Amino acid sequence: MVTTINFTVNRGALEVVMERIFDAPRSLVWKLWTDPNLIPQWWGPSRMKTTVDRMDMKPGGRWRFILENPDGSKIAFSGEYREIVPPERLLYTFNFEPIGPGHEVIEVVTFEEHEHKTKLTSKNIYQKLEDLEGMVQSGMEEGSNETMERFADLLKKHS
Amino acid sequence: MDAFYALAEPNRRHIIEMLATRGQLTATDICRKFEVSAPAISQHLKVLREANLVQMEKRGQQRIYRINPEAMIQFEGWARQLMELWTQRFDAFDAVLMAEKQKMVKKRKKSIRNVQAKPKK
Repeated sequence: MVTTINFTVNRGALEVVMERIFDAPRSLVWKLWTDPNLIPQWWGPSRMKTTVDRMDMKPGGRWRFILENPDGSKIAFSGEYREIVPPERLLYTFNFEPIGPGHEVIEVVTFEEHEHKTKLTSKNIYQKLEDLEGMVQSGMEEGSNETMERFADLLKKHS
Repeated sequence: MDAFYALAEPNRRHIIEMLATRGQLTATDICRKFEVSAPAISQHLKVLREANLVQMEKRGQQRIYRINPEAMIQFEGWARQLMELWTQRFDAFDAVLMAEKQKMVKKRKKSIRNVQAKPKK
């Protein structure tokens, strides 16, 4: 089953909100979302290899994920966990390392259960609008075609 | 001038939002909505014009502003890219979730079989 994403850009508040309903209980969605062994399977674009360098899931703990391009070049993302409330809410900072400090994004992920399904909401709060633009270009601009291919693969798997 | 730099300033974003809802406004109308001084507003309008986000037309003494639709298409463009990135992420996560659920079902079936297969004492 492939469901659509609910996507909102709130320009005034510099927020981007993504919502998606998953057909599983909240406890399971939380467990898998926060499992460092599974993150390489879903976090990054499929043409890049995702490695969990660090994932210290406690308030004040650091996380760092590395994406590797097919040509071997690497880019890293990192941040700090601020709030961890299983299985409801996760709040952490998000930095795209190549652009350096001062462009931190706050990411809030909430998990709500309705009739054995889970609504996952990811709210990204940007400090500056150009950061929002920067994030889009952080190696993802070629992703468009590939996204469609990957989507087609998924449809095949699920049909 | 870069559009994203232009939109990073809250008053300028507010002007864009006003123009988006009203269609077009005169410079005087825009100034009236702000507590910021008129020269400051004309400076903001200048930045927005140079970034190609708004268009200005002189009609007699009036300066009429409206949004440049092409610039808005560009904005929609990057919003769409971000959405694609997250759609891909959610789809991949969904695949992980479904695979784990299947494993759990198999495990449960196996344990039920094991219980049934146990000889009664």
